[in-house]
Amino acid sequence: MYFSAKNLTGGYGGVNIIEECSFEVNQGEIVSILGPNGAGKSTAMKAMLGILDLKEGEVILDGKNITKLKTQDRIKSGISFVPQTNNIFTELTVQENLEMGAFLTDGDISARIREMYDLFPIMNEKQDQLAGELSGGQRQQVALARALMTNPKVLMLDEPTAGVSPVVMDEIFEHILNIKKQNIAVLMVEQNARQALDISDRGYILVTGRNAYEGSGDYLLNDDEIRKSFLGG
Amino acid sequence: MRNNLDIKLAFGGMALLLVMVGFMQSWGVALAILNLCLISAVMSMGVNIQWGYSGLINFGVMGFLAIGGFATIIVSVPPVTEAWSAGGFGIILSGLILFILIASIFFVHQKFQSKYKNYLLFFLVISVIPIMKLVAGPSISAIESIDAATSGFLGGFDLPIILSWFVGAFFAAIIAFVIGKVCLGLRSDYLAISTLLISGIIVSYVKHEEWLTRGVKNVTGLKRPAPFEVDLQNSDWFVNFIEYLFKGRLSKVTDFDEKIILLNDLVMTSSSIFVKLCFSLIFSIVLITLLVFSEKALRSPWGRMMRAIRDNEDAAKAMGKNVVKRHLHIFMIGSAIIGFSGAMLVTYDGLFTPASYQPLRYTFIIWVMVLLGGTGNNYGAIIGAFVVWFIWIESAPFALFVINTLMSGIDNTNQLKMHLIDSIPYFRYLMMGLGLLVVMRYRPKGLLPEKIIKN
Amino acid sequence: MDFLNAIVLLTNYIIVPALTYGSQLALGAIGVTLIYGVLRFANFAYGDLMAFATMVVILTTWYLQSLGITFGLLPTAILALPVGILATIILSLFFDKTVFKYYRDKKSEPVILIVVSIGVMFILNAIVRIIIGPGDVIFMDGARFIMKAGEFKKMTGLNEGIALKSTQVITFITTIVTCSILFYFLNKTKTGKSMRAYSNNEDLALLSGIDPTKIIIYTWVIVSILATIAGSLYGLDKSFKPLSYWNNLLPIFAATIVGGIGNPLGAFYGGFVIAFTEIGLTYAYKKFLVYLLPEQLEPSSLVQYISTDYKFAISFAILVVVLIYRPNGIFKGKVI
Repeated sequence: MYFSAKNLTGGYGGVNIIEECSFEVNQGEIVSILGPNGAGKSTAMKAMLGILDLKEGEVILDGKNITKLKTQDRIKSGISFVPQTNNIFTELTVQENLEMGAFLTDGDISARIREMYDLFPIMNEKQDQLAGELSGGQRQQVALARALMTNPKVLMLDEPTAGVSPVVMDEIFEHILNIKKQNIAVLMVEQNARQALDISDRGYILVTGRNAYEGSGDYLLNDDEIRKSFLGG
Repeated sequence: MRNNLDIKLAFGGMALLLVMVGFMQSWGVALAILNLCLISAVMSMGVNIQWGYSGLINFGVMGFLAIGGFATIIVSVPPVTEAWSAGGFGIILSGLILFILIASIFFVHQKFQSKYKNYLLFFLVISVIPIMKLVAGPSISAIESIDAATSGFLGGFDLPIILSWFVGAFFAAIIAFVIGKVCLGLRSDYLAISTLLISGIIVSYVKHEEWLTRGVKNVTGLKRPAPFEVDLQNSDWFVNFIEYLFKGRLSKVTDFDEKIILLNDLVMTSSSIFVKLCFSLIFSIVLITLLVFSEKALRSPWGRMMRAIRDNEDAAKAMGKNVVKRHLHIFMIGSAIIGFSGAMLVTYDGLFTPASYQPLRYTFIIWVMVLLGGTGNNYGAIIGAFVVWFIWIESAPFALFVINTLMSGIDNTNQLKMHLIDSIPYFRYLMMGLGLLVVMRYRPKGLLPEKIIKN
Repeated sequence: MDFLNAIVLLTNYIIVPALTYGSQLALGAIGVTLIYGVLRFANFAYGDLMAFATMVVILTTWYLQSLGITFGLLPTAILALPVGILATIILSLFFDKTVFKYYRDKKSEPVILIVVSIGVMFILNAIVRIIIGPGDVIFMDGARFIMKAGEFKKMTGLNEGIALKSTQVITFITTIVTCSILFYFLNKTKTGKSMRAYSNNEDLALLSGIDPTKIIIYTWVIVSILATIAGSLYGLDKSFKPLSYWNNLLPIFAATIVGGIGNPLGAFYGGFVIAFTEIGLTYAYKKFLVYLLPEQLEPSSLVQYISTDYKFAISFAILVVVLIYRPNGIFKGKVI
């Protein structure tokens, strides 16, 4: 597997929120991490990014053990992250957001920026508009584009469709599918379990900080138990 | 109850230091330090009530002190009858018109319904100044021209000066009400800046309205709640008392003329010490009363509620407590205490000098006292006041001592040495800054941190 | 109706002084707002930082003058600016490392940082007064006037004249140039944009790989440059007196908040808003109206809204009003 996390155990202060969690995702795959509120999904993602200190566990990227790396270094190694909130620079223009996304890249990024505008066409007209003035769905697009500027190999998304309307949610999932087509490994935490599984190759379901179920998207969607417990029947 | 040992140690230490000063320098200096400490202790208790009980940052201390000082003159100075007859009526009339204007502003603000409301409000507010100028102007000029050199103002009501302390508290509370209504909703650092700037406006007013305060011409020769040195020196009972006290020393001098000179010296120094002691007594009574009330209030149900609000405002709001109103009460009470102390200070100095109210000296030094002593508790505020004042006054002789020791070999006419000695008054600011930084870093809760009060 | 004289009067007594004063406030306000936006605290030591910077410039100026070096028509102090800037940068970084960094890392409450900046303020204040004394220092040299009122009157034949001090022109031009460079830096360069990004959303900036240490250094460097220029220009124009720098901090705070705290462009405009309001409201318009109105309507009083004694009070009043009704500033700014 291109990216894997094994036996993640950790939390805030003395209390462990996640225990022995494991995930893996390959390039060109969309993998969802689902589960009820408080299951530890976001915590697990933060642990994989190095924002949270781990008591135990390891994170492997393309064969390299990156567990000891700081967040910034993991980003330099090819991981990108879109947080759930505050995921754009509201006071910078759309164009500037993209430029900041590629901050660590030297050299000419105009080609990459054009690629982003192709991927997210709406942003074309909004290039010089302050990102904070955009609608919720458009902001999420900017957030995604910003994260993609570094040509990441792994893209991690924390609840990308939180708080948006169903129409916008569909749009966002469309965009994520397009991202998958670029051979990027997409790992996403989601609350809208059913729609997420619809576009996912595989999924993990966390319950109280532990891996409870895993399997292909279809399998998880169609299993009666799981559907009743987690997908709202 | 907090750990009594801490407090006893702290106060004991202070007492020891003062005694040392008394022996090594003079009792006059020691008592001067004590009195200023007592006054500042009241100031810092006022600030501490706002900061410690409610988490309110009041950087407008200087303004409330000025109000207190203003109260002393308006209460205790005899009225200048000529000025009153020249412009008194006009001033009273203007006051009424001002009151009507402000009332109408409030009315429009609360009750007016119209899309032009804000414009009307704006127009009303900016018109206050020209209207006042028009209405009060002639009276003001009349008053200021009466005996401008020695008077030039309305004077006061010729009442005992201690009454002015309470009047000062009252005025300060009213101003605090207005400021509080306007500013208390603001975030903490904005509140700090607003109060700082409003105090600037208050001091500007006190400095420039000469018809009311004499402005920068100052008011001197204020009354006292203690005897004047001159009166003591001229009263028989005092001289006899001193003669009795120093019987031993006087009997050692055989020459009659020398004896008289020695007696005079003793009477002079003793009179100054006696006066200072009188003040110390009065100030101590004030401080102790304040302390007793505050500690009682802290332990009362009201105090518990205030601490609950401070520690978790959202929870308190959820429980239905009117946080805004409580904050306003605290702000008013704290400011009243500060105003009270402002009057005390002017009384002690015997003169009212509006130009002396600077933020560095009157607002921020007090804050250093509160932070150094221990935020959130009254004993800490008192200790902080003592420590800061002690350092403030003693840093000058201390700096001189250090300079002289370090440069003992060097001639007294050396440029550098002279320059350093000239700069001694500023060393205390340096020490204040360093002290504050050290305390905030290594003992951020202050010298006497607040202990959790178990109920 | 004497239009021309009226306009010249206004130019001389309001427009020229307000542009100068506004420039001084603008430079100061941008510095304060940058510190607030990036370093996230209201720096009460800023006035004394300007005083320190100016002090170094003065000492260097004296040194240069003693060597016989001058700058012709321009004040020698301009040559001394780089030294002042360097010294101030070193000092700022020193205090950041020894004082502010600790609390920033701890994510302390804004209050604590204000208090600590007050400690630094006391220290700087003392240092400046110990080194150079508390009194007035005048270090202006070179040509004092670009145009004297009398010359203007002769040239135009008008009743009223315009006096242009060289410091006024230098102040205004320097401010425009400095601010243009600064805004170009902030808006068109990668580093500048990264500063704005960091100020806007620290976590996301870190996630983007922006190095906070570098941002902080850049900020202090820029702030030090602004403080040195602002302080020196003010000292050249009026005189150098340590306590007056502290007093000037208050209208600077007012300008910062009016412009929207954290918003450098707003701070720039805010400086001029405060300056024009202060000067405009304390000017006696009698003569102006006399030029404009027919004789019967001529006013007899001074027609001065409020006396110049209350100059500071005006900016404070503006500030308090802004804080209550538009705490984000008149121009679009942000509240952290």
